[in-house]
Amino acid sequence: MKELHQQSVAELAAGLARGDFSSVELTEALLARIAQHDDRLNSYISVTAERALEQARAADSARAAGQAGPLTGVPLAHKDIFCTRGIRTSCGSKMLDTFISPYDATVVERLDRAGMVMLGKTNMDEFAMGSSNETSFYGPVRNPWDTETVPGGSSGGSAAAVAARLAPIATGTDTGGSIRQPAALCGITGLKPTYGVVSRYGMIAFASSLDQAGPMGRSAEDCALLLGAMAGFDERDSTSLDRPVDDYTATLETPLDGLRIGLPQEFFGDGLDGEVARVIDEAVAELRRLGAEPVEISLPNTALAVPTYYVVAPAECSSNLSRFDGVRFGHRCDAPRDLEDLYKRSRGEGFGAEVKRRIMIGTYALSSGYYDAYYLKAQKLRRLISDDFRAAFAQCDVIAGPTAPTPAFRLGEKADDPVTMYLSDIYTIAVNLAGLPALSMPAGFSQGLPVGLQLIGNYFSEARLLGVAHRYQQATDWHTRSPDGF
Amino acid sequence: MSLNREDVVKIAHLARLAIDEQSVPEYARNLSSILDFVATMEQVDTHAIAPMAHPLDLAQRLRADAVTEEVDRETCQAIAPQVEAGLYLVPKVIE
Repeated sequence: MKELHQQSVAELAAGLARGDFSSVELTEALLARIAQHDDRLNSYISVTAERALEQARAADSARAAGQAGPLTGVPLAHKDIFCTRGIRTSCGSKMLDTFISPYDATVVERLDRAGMVMLGKTNMDEFAMGSSNETSFYGPVRNPWDTETVPGGSSGGSAAAVAARLAPIATGTDTGGSIRQPAALCGITGLKPTYGVVSRYGMIAFASSLDQAGPMGRSAEDCALLLGAMAGFDERDSTSLDRPVDDYTATLETPLDGLRIGLPQEFFGDGLDGEVARVIDEAVAELRRLGAEPVEISLPNTALAVPTYYVVAPAECSSNLSRFDGVRFGHRCDAPRDLEDLYKRSRGEGFGAEVKRRIMIGTYALSSGYYDAYYLKAQKLRRLISDDFRAAFAQCDVIAGPTAPTPAFRLGEKADDPVTMYLSDIYTIAVNLAGLPALSMPAGFSQGLPVGLQLIGNYFSEARLLGVAHRYQQATDWHTRSPDGF
Repeated sequence: MSLNREDVVKIAHLARLAIDEQSVPEYARNLSSILDFVATMEQVDTHAIAPMAHPLDLAQRLRADAVTEEVDRETCQAIAPQVEAGLYLVPKVIE
């Protein structure tokens, strides 16, 4: 038998169902691995061992009573952006360092109900603002493929934990690439669903018109299993879509014959690392061998996506983060002179530099006299970017390209230059502006570091994307590679 | 778009953020470079384009105006920095 930590969610679920091992044994094995290895990665902010073992015992009892579902007893990790009742939910910020959530996020509640076992809460860029996991109050996460490099962000802890086999699967959130870019840099599979498919209730808000949660796992099959349990209408989220949950596993085996794969010329130009381009070309060639037909397409407004995003996202963030006032919860400064001093110092001390920058950009963009030039202009460009995709999907079924322009970069390399850091999301951001689903999956290596292939689909085509990725993963073994030393 | 010292101080005030005196020049530099980058938006004529607020152009869903949640004050105030007799405490607002 493969060691427990090397097994996929699908394998673990089958092993638990056969009685090869119990959820308690599995949970203990993973907790031991976290204790042994995570000091080198810092992928977890909180390890919830006691709660995990309680859930594992409950899962084993449910199974003994004949009440187990497909994911009962399978462990996972939650990004520390999801509220967990009775457990610190920090969002990677000093502001929430002592915040014990009084309620569960819908995603947490659903996966608890499915019988899954939470191992802990994973590290992340502060309030999900970052592409390297260096803005976390709890220190940077390291990439298990090379601990001198970043894991990507903002869901860097989830990506590193899954890559190092410190969790079989994890949740993440993606506002501008925060699931896909770390998935690419850590060599795992991650999916951002169509906006509105997964509930945002209890998921600490960054930019509400862009935020979406999704699964981060080792394979498309594992992501399909988790997404099926995460997705669904939630009346507590006013932007949740009232539609039935698709069966994401039913079409995994669909052949790729005749599938038209659009290759946007703008994704293969200046700024793309040569080795990454080679890996992507080979992945496309493999998809062609599997029956897909590559088609040249154009997304002409690609270069505008990042500037547009850096108006829309900061504007929404400045509004969302105004709730942190030092009064009802979160950090409060010592001995405030008056109410204004209380607000200003609590926020000034509680937020890190990148969060402050984004709040200030957003505040400026929304301030009197500037609204039309910034926010309204960005919303108009958002429509143009979205229309590009609409036109592209008349010519192809799925769009393929690189997830990130380079493999993992070195810690500190881009930390002092916000704009350079923002450009690491150049291929992922347009997808959030349009609200489309997209995934990243491992497609090879550049100098020992993983490279991700991004697949973008039309609205509600998650099952299709996962199916394409699954066929690719049956023909290749990149997704089975794990880093040495873990 | 170049922000000066006074701009940064004003924006920080509007955002109710205390920032260190010595970090003001760095904020001015960083925020200016972000705004320069964002200014590439101006290259495109968006005269006749309708703004897009929601990715699927859906309207906000409404619900009946009925009580669905009960807020447990004790639980919520257990995580507050300072409370007394069921009230949140802040510095005196009115003299």
